[in-house]
Amino acid sequence: MGNIKYLTNGLLKENPTFVIVLGTCPTLAITTAAVNGIGMGAATTFVLVFSNMFISLLKNFIPDKVRIAAFIVVIATFVTIVDLVMKAYTPDLYKALGIFIPLIVVNCIILGRAEAFAQKNDVVPSVLDGLGMGLGFTLAITLIGSIREILGNGSIFGIRLLAEHASTILIFVLPPGAFVTYGFLIAIVNRIKSKLNI
Amino acid sequence: MEYILIIISAVLVNNVVLVQFLGICPFLGVSNKIETSLGMGVAVIFVMSLANLVTYLIQNYVLVPLHIEFMQTITFIFVIAFLVQVVEIILKKAAPSLYQALGIYLPLITTNCAVLGIAILAVQKDLNLVMSVLYAASIATGFTFALILMAGIREQLALADTPKGMKGFPLSLVTAGLLSLAFMGFSGIVK
Repeated sequence: MGNIKYLTNGLLKENPTFVIVLGTCPTLAITTAAVNGIGMGAATTFVLVFSNMFISLLKNFIPDKVRIAAFIVVIATFVTIVDLVMKAYTPDLYKALGIFIPLIVVNCIILGRAEAFAQKNDVVPSVLDGLGMGLGFTLAITLIGSIREILGNGSIFGIRLLAEHASTILIFVLPPGAFVTYGFLIAIVNRIKSKLNI
Repeated sequence: MEYILIIISAVLVNNVVLVQFLGICPFLGVSNKIETSLGMGVAVIFVMSLANLVTYLIQNYVLVPLHIEFMQTITFIFVIAFLVQVVEIILKKAAPSLYQALGIYLPLITTNCAVLGIAILAVQKDLNLVMSVLYAASIATGFTFALILMAGIREQLALADTPKGMKGFPLSLVTAGLLSLAFMGFSGIVK
């Protein structure tokens, strides 16, 4: 049961998106629709879990001086796997996420967790940490995606909430909306955290 | 004419930070002061142009002939990390004064997703060697431009009385949103 805290850590207390503020590029770029958030979140979670697992397993074999390079090779391997799998099985999503799939490799969350957690801990906590961080990231970007999709497009997960020609706040699916939505959400999370004293 | 269009498009219309969302981390991280933004910007222009030159050669003379294009992500990130190290070592020996000015920004560039992103985009757009390097240089100039604008605003905002919860990242993001809104005015100038 002691391991459960590794899993919940990434959800709110050290949420990678709202609290640590890492991996901002995909967070802003692909959240034009809620479904993109889930797709990007799933891809990142997969890479996080497996890179954490392998780095934890290899921690005694990787010389300290070349560890960053070694981590990047491990991460890039799993990113390539995700890239090829998504290209083959989910071509629409692959097109929507575009350049940001190969760019998972430079997502600071993944290298950050490898450096700060996986290389110092055993396999089980590392996998749980990766899973927790991945889920925290997925929830956060799906939330941003939902807000932007509802306000900017009048729909959620592609289901229309408004009448056919009702006007929406288009700016929210355009780049400025991403910055503003993300900014206000961090402010709200800061407020909640200070109220709850965590 | 084609070259001028690439430059205008990359600097203003499709600004790398404010429209394409690449390189947000350094954009938020080093935009505190105009001086540091300028240093970071020059370092990025230099490394990004060099990275596109090298990745173009690797893509067309190594990956494609060997039919291992799927190795693109791994090779490119490795080349960029290697390049940053080499540039750092050479600058330290050859141009100590330049190294003093740019030194601390160079290691940060490896984590700048714009460098890898633009290298991959240039391959996807099928640009030739000259266009690819020009594209990278203009994109990096756009990055520098956005960074300096942002730093100018943030220097003023630092003195303003803002709500406690909005301090730090939230305020920077909303500011970036307004800047991005301003840049939308350029859309439509070039396709």
